[in-house]
Amino acid sequence: MNDMLKKASEKLRNYNGKKVRIMEVCGTHTHEIMRLGIRKLLSENIELISGPGCPVCVTDEAFIEKAIFLSQEMRCTILSFGDLLRVPGGGKSLLLARAEGAKVEIVYSAIDSVKYAKAHPDEDCVFLSIGFETTVPGNLLAVKKAKELSLSNFSMLSAMKTMPGAYRLMARSTDAFLYPGHVCAITGTKELEELCKNGVSGVVSGFSPEELLSSILFCVDGLSKEKTFFKNLYPRVVTEEGSIEAKRLIAEMTVPFDSKWRGIGVIKDSGLALSNEYSFFDAEKRYEIPAFNERRETACRCGDVLTGRITPHDCPLFRKACTPENPVGACMVSSEGACSAYYDYGEIR
Amino acid sequence: MNNEKIVTLSHGSGGKKTSSLIDEIFKKHFENPLFTADDGAVIPLPSGKKLVMSTDGFIVSPSFFPGGDIGKLSICGTVNDIACMGATPLYLTASFIIEEGFLISDLERIVSSMEETAKYCNINIIAGDTKVTEKGKSDGIFITTTGFGVIDKETNPSGSRASEGDSVIITGDIGRHGAAILVSRNDFSLSSEIKSDCAPLCHSIRALLSAVPDTHVIRDCTRGGTGTVLFEIARQSDVGIRIERDKLPVSSEVNGICSLLGFDPLYLACEGRAVVIVKKEDEERALSALRSVNGSEGACVIGRVVNENKGIVTALTTLGTEVFIPEPGNELLPRIC
Repeated sequence: MNDMLKKASEKLRNYNGKKVRIMEVCGTHTHEIMRLGIRKLLSENIELISGPGCPVCVTDEAFIEKAIFLSQEMRCTILSFGDLLRVPGGGKSLLLARAEGAKVEIVYSAIDSVKYAKAHPDEDCVFLSIGFETTVPGNLLAVKKAKELSLSNFSMLSAMKTMPGAYRLMARSTDAFLYPGHVCAITGTKELEELCKNGVSGVVSGFSPEELLSSILFCVDGLSKEKTFFKNLYPRVVTEEGSIEAKRLIAEMTVPFDSKWRGIGVIKDSGLALSNEYSFFDAEKRYEIPAFNERRETACRCGDVLTGRITPHDCPLFRKACTPENPVGACMVSSEGACSAYYDYGEIR
Repeated sequence: MNNEKIVTLSHGSGGKKTSSLIDEIFKKHFENPLFTADDGAVIPLPSGKKLVMSTDGFIVSPSFFPGGDIGKLSICGTVNDIACMGATPLYLTASFIIEEGFLISDLERIVSSMEETAKYCNINIIAGDTKVTEKGKSDGIFITTTGFGVIDKETNPSGSRASEGDSVIITGDIGRHGAAILVSRNDFSLSSEIKSDCAPLCHSIRALLSAVPDTHVIRDCTRGGTGTVLFEIARQSDVGIRIERDKLPVSSEVNGICSLLGFDPLYLACEGRAVVIVKKEDEERALSALRSVNGSEGACVIGRVVNENKGIVTALTTLGTEVFIPEPGNELLPRIC
């Protein structure tokens, strides 16, 4: 362990000030914090809670049901990021639909789904477009490409989301945020500085052990001074402006709408739908898809996990009815999900 | 969701679901005194010697990949299983299922690579079978090999012999086969020099057993990766295994692919690597024997067998904390972002 890590871990272990709660918003942060056993380093007066920053986890169940409907009833070819395949929806998953005969292909980027559609002109291809500001620009570029190629067999089922609404909603659950480094690389930091003026503290953090420890330490120091703070601690990647080009693309090609987050509910203006100019590629408009509003009651507490009210250990299903092989909630599916990270790396007690 | 009884890809991933398929279907109908849940079994002969028999099917796509092909793989896989049981591999049979339309020149490339690998291992391929399916009824070529070997020395490596204080050794850097296959499937626009680690382990293991006859465990890491093997050993021996993350040999290319796709190198397939467990005092002898043979020059200690957290594998992190490593289970699904 290098000196910087040694010093930071000592400070965090010996902290004996007032109790503080810090929420990591980003799924990659959750995963890295668990993988590195960071919670185990911390004084008991420092609590890290996991927020709603895993795009798979916050994707509404109805979205999965729609995708399964498109694959099984409309015989579409579904193109999806891999980890969405295991998410349960309506008692099924895309993985199971595939085993039953539906055509479901894994893609590694949105543009690959356009390439697939071009190479398979006799298949109706639907790309499952989930993700936050980091993934959205790539997804939109794929739609642009499809338009350029005049692809009539390509469309996109969208559950794209933006983060700022979630910060505001979560602000009461935490004393400070570790803001998601990759999302901020796109959005920039102006909005976070605004939040700071309104009493919301946080730092933009990177992902290495050094970056994570120094970000947590900065929050702990800041909170003990009882003054609202904001600091970009990931300046090698995140600028105040963010990515102007990506933001322009989002503004040009999408319209915001009130989007439903799994386990959390509707957050105003937090969803992104394709604008009129690109609505030809909107699967919701191309196909007649039922609403899928019926909710099944389960004891799954993903919503409370995603909002930092409980840790996965407090959920009655965790490690019992809900495991990575048979996930009940989406948080158990993605490697970015809090439940999955707790399941995989659960610190030695 | 559980009431849908169909075979899914997870059943073939070598993890928990594979085990449940073996227990609930195969074992139920095949149960007999010699039946094992492994791919190899030991058969005592009247002479007092022991015969080892092992069988394995190969369905890798693409058939050719950097560092090998399905032919080389089909020999290495079975030879390695036999060698890891402490036996000298002697004979092999091979069965081919070929899709109509497969290029004869490709078939010959595959068979000639089987010939070359068999020679290197000093084994003979003594019988075989060929079936051709209609186009679309299989995918290119599937090969099943069955191997025979004899245990001629007083050695007894077994997954149940790991004991407290033992050293856990890996014979080289991990995850290269899995990564090479991912890259050569061309699903991502990645180009990489990465080559599969596909290789026979028989010479390495022979050297090891000569130097350390009392080697406790030898297990080759295959499709489930190193993590799966470590968990199997921890469970069979009812011990804990504590590895040190920073000591795991992982090439920078494999690390890069893993961080891009959210994979853990512990769960990428290897086809020429084994986990070896020996007493602490045998550690140096085991390492120098392994390092003297081509293919296991990179052997190193990655952890220790402990008396806590039985049946579980833990890792010491860069920060000095101890965490579980993820349990084996599902086929790898690359994450978004």
